[in-house]
Amino acid sequence: MADVAIKSIPHDRDGVANRSRVLDRFRRGDRFFFYLTRTAALLVLALLFAIVASLAYGAWPALSHFGLNFFISQSWDANAEEFGALATIYGTLVTSLIAMLIAVPVGLGIAIFLTELCPQFLRRPIGTAVELLAGIPSIIYGIWGFFVFAPFLQQTLQPFLISLFGPVPVLNAVFAGPPYGLGTLTAGLILAIMVLPFVASVSRDVFETVPPVMKEAAYGLGCTTWEVVRGVVIPHTRAGLVGGVMLALGRALGETMAVTFVIGNAKQISASILQPGTTISATIALEYAEASEGLYRSSLVGLGLILFIISFIVLAAARLMLARLNKLGG
Amino acid sequence: MAALYAARARSNRIAMGLCTAAALFGLLWLVLILAVLVWEGFSGLSLSVFTEITPSIGSTGGGLLNAIVGSLMMVFFAVLIGTPLGLLAGTYMAEYGRYERLTHVVRFINDILLSAPSIVIGLFIYEFLVAPFGGFSGWAGSAALAVIVIPVVVRTTEDMLLLVPGQLREAAAALGLPRSIIIRQVAYKAALTGIVTGVLLAVARISGETAPLLFTALSNNFFSTSMSQPIASLPVVIYNFTKTPDENMQQLAWTGALLITFTVLAMSIAARTLSTRMKK
Repeated sequence: MADVAIKSIPHDRDGVANRSRVLDRFRRGDRFFFYLTRTAALLVLALLFAIVASLAYGAWPALSHFGLNFFISQSWDANAEEFGALATIYGTLVTSLIAMLIAVPVGLGIAIFLTELCPQFLRRPIGTAVELLAGIPSIIYGIWGFFVFAPFLQQTLQPFLISLFGPVPVLNAVFAGPPYGLGTLTAGLILAIMVLPFVASVSRDVFETVPPVMKEAAYGLGCTTWEVVRGVVIPHTRAGLVGGVMLALGRALGETMAVTFVIGNAKQISASILQPGTTISATIALEYAEASEGLYRSSLVGLGLILFIISFIVLAAARLMLARLNKLGG
Repeated sequence: MAALYAARARSNRIAMGLCTAAALFGLLWLVLILAVLVWEGFSGLSLSVFTEITPSIGSTGGGLLNAIVGSLMMVFFAVLIGTPLGLLAGTYMAEYGRYERLTHVVRFINDILLSAPSIVIGLFIYEFLVAPFGGFSGWAGSAALAVIVIPVVVRTTEDMLLLVPGQLREAAAALGLPRSIIIRQVAYKAALTGIVTGVLLAVARISGETAPLLFTALSNNFFSTSMSQPIASLPVVIYNFTKTPDENMQQLAWTGALLITFTVLAMSIAARTLSTRMKK
């Protein structure tokens, strides 16, 4: 092994002097490689700081000009140079909420199905398919949503919801028409479909960390499958599940392309989720390239900063949860 | 007693029925999307997609040549920039600093970068490269994609190096080899498939990224291989063409979407095959 390994290093045959020269070269090479890798590791840290710093720098003109108003105003007028982030923050949170309300139960259902119910020979193919689907780029969901899903919703689900909840107080405001097709609900549903494979594959991975003995013991006591899932699997993996769900939430919050096509891009806070809205990411994607220098562009960077901070908090919490699970499991 | 048993059996049946229904329902949508994609995309697939450049509004024919070339170039340079950096950082975390505090911090930050919103990365590169250095360019697009590549490669490199058994390193050290040579010639060799897997995953991840390219590489209606000019890319062309009312362009958007999906799926499958071989 040694001669294979150091073949590339020329070494002279004779003399202690040569020997010490070779050792010297080893030492220098060693130190160089150590600092090289350490610098690269520090660069990863620097990358995060550079992102935060450049966003803060770009957003500063807008933040200092509007002050707190930037966060609580919902007017967004490029001509009057009046910018407030509230409508976009609201849209981001509401679309993500709709997505999680649907994707979490369905994703957990898929994970339970895959770990407890599915016939053995189908587990690997379906599991692999779900993981592959989690990697499909979001623009695919966007184009499908725009051409197929939104027109479909406009003709079916949305009129149905409007007539169903029409006589019910409160809910008739949430589902007030007309059915545009494009809007907050559509964006939320597309996001749900997009994060679904992600939720499913993370929860399946988490479920598989449960030691088989624990499940077998519960079955041995006469538990039904559902009782095993509810009484053993879920309590054992709670931290990991919450972590996985928050990772998915982090994804939904920052998702751009799937949302931009179907949200309708109207900067308003509307009680009805059938009306067009907007999100932080959609606003940046649609307006940044055309935005004029100065306050307009700076406000868009400010939106980016808000988005980054929100998703940083969510993702950090998710990682801490998942790290706790690993410690418990290991 | 019998009533209790019946109730338990019933709630079990209901819950398990709901889980199966959820699985069918969820998978149905995903299959549906792929089916529509293949259906719409295939009908526009022809040789001219690969030989002609993007059409303008109102014209017929045209293809995606400039977008495909632009995407390939930007992905290539992004991997070229991102892989060495990610590899070295992962090496530090697994080999030198395995028990250091710094490693824990870097791992935490890296995991956050791994799922950071990609549009924010586009903004960052705009502020950092595009605004100060005069305009949109292929290099800026590549840099934005490289920022996405780095955390993926760091993660897999660290994971794969941690899988290399310590005895291999000890055996090499017992022969008197210095540490940097042990890492490069023993540990890297043992973890090679894993590291390649990481690069493949990174390529799969960036080849469909749209948001970070929108205001870094912009797009270009003409054939260009200059990385210092705005350059077309498949995802951005799909994005722009979907928004037009022109049916010819919408058809090309579907076809481009099909091409991207196939590429991404092929890369992911290759990565999976490699990593299962690695585990054996």
